[in-house]
Amino acid sequence: MILRGRKVARGAAEGEALVSSEGISFYGGVEPETGTVVEKGHPLEGRSVKGKVLVFPSGKGSTVGSYALYEMKKLGNAPAAIINKDIETIVAVGAIISEIPCVDQIDIAKIRNGNKVRVNADEATVEVM
Amino acid sequence: MRLTKEEQEMLDGKHGIAVRKSMEILVALGEIFGAKRLIDVVSVQVSGVSYHNLGEAGLDYLADLAKDGKVRVLTTLNPAGMDTENWRNLGIPEDFARKQERVIGAFRKMGIITTCTCTPYFVGNTPHFGEHVAWGESSAVCYANSVLGARTNREGGPSALASALTGKTPEFGMHLDENRQAQVVVNVDAKMERVTDFGALGYVIGNKIGKKIPLIRGVRKASVEQLKSFSASIATYGGTALFHMEGITPNKTTVPDENISVTQEEIVSAKKALDDGCTPDIYSIGCPHLSLKEIEDIAKMLEGRKVKKEMWICVARPIKRIADQMGYTKIIEDSGAKIASDTCMVVAPIKGRFKCLATDSAKACFYGRGKNHFSVVFRDIPELIEEATS
Repeated sequence: MILRGRKVARGAAEGEALVSSEGISFYGGVEPETGTVVEKGHPLEGRSVKGKVLVFPSGKGSTVGSYALYEMKKLGNAPAAIINKDIETIVAVGAIISEIPCVDQIDIAKIRNGNKVRVNADEATVEVM
Repeated sequence: MRLTKEEQEMLDGKHGIAVRKSMEILVALGEIFGAKRLIDVVSVQVSGVSYHNLGEAGLDYLADLAKDGKVRVLTTLNPAGMDTENWRNLGIPEDFARKQERVIGAFRKMGIITTCTCTPYFVGNTPHFGEHVAWGESSAVCYANSVLGARTNREGGPSALASALTGKTPEFGMHLDENRQAQVVVNVDAKMERVTDFGALGYVIGNKIGKKIPLIRGVRKASVEQLKSFSASIATYGGTALFHMEGITPNKTTVPDENISVTQEEIVSAKKALDDGCTPDIYSIGCPHLSLKEIEDIAKMLEGRKVKKEMWICVARPIKRIADQMGYTKIIEDSGAKIASDTCMVVAPIKGRFKCLATDSAKACFYGRGKNHFSVVFRDIPELIEEATS
């Protein structure tokens, strides 16, 4: 199945999908040192985003979140790619400065946890394998 | 989005890595928000300066950009986590100071004027009516759009920096006339005389209308200091980037159908809501940073008196230099109060050092409570000084 959306940050990557029904805040909500989601009560609490194709509706929280995503990338704990339903500026800017392939306007309900997914941001496609 | 030949070359990396990255950010934001083109900006205010908020990641990012990035327009800087000269006296740890110095060094390397103030409009970054700028710092954004009549979206740290390094911003939101029209009329039927009245008004309106653009009626007079305080408050509690105040602000607007009102009782209860009734162990004045007039008035009030509690007077360094020259600094320091330049209570690493913050700033109440877990007391400057000295 191929889903079409919009390119946010260039590049291509594949990996296992980690899907959240709720928004993610990369400042305070995810620990850069491990890539683990630490926000209390979050559907992904305790799960690591490292190397995953991270799928969530939209970003939230402080604008410092862009820098937090960048730190995760530097430490090797960032997601391999990001898929959003509706991108906002924090995740968009974070993905661009961290060079994490990112697309939005994707029907994320069609992606299940554990699906093998290939993101080609340059072509604005997501292939669910 | 349509790019000029030069903009395309900037995006393709012909002007270096920092410019390429910056263009990627601006073009992506432009695409997301439906901009048709990039436009030139005349100045930038960069937020995200305190090491306390940036962390090692932010510092790494800035250091990377500084390798080949140079600003193309007048660019000033938001407050840092400490006074860059007087940090020891204000109790900032050595380790933090070193890291903060590296952050400021990276900005300086890019050609940013390290003003370290949230009131760039007091120190020479003062766009005129209709000019396009790219500013961070919500209070300054609101002041620039509303009081000066310049045009800026609410930028985050990386996007403001991207505009500084390219001189461009995507044309959407606050840059376009159609998005600058009032969405709700706010009829104020309350006494608006003191700075805390305006802080409380920002709290009430912000809570009622969120990010909507208000056309405020019924305020007969407002000083620069009152508008500064109001801008900070309405941006903190609501999130708007622009307000119209009939007879006071310069922008034209159509008049919307939706009407709400603000009563004297609401101002009184806002002041109560902003005050926890605690006994202050820190007095802080200057959020946003003080005007020349305010620091002059404070010096007159403090002359020949002694403060009995910790008191921080927060002001942009160029304004402090004038205060030095006029003898105000000596009067203030002789009273035992401390002048903090380059920083403020919102961004300094002071969590745990104090319990009850007394301030004239509705914005400082919000961040004092939220970020630093302080209780707060909300009063005008003359009352704060009276209390702290008796």
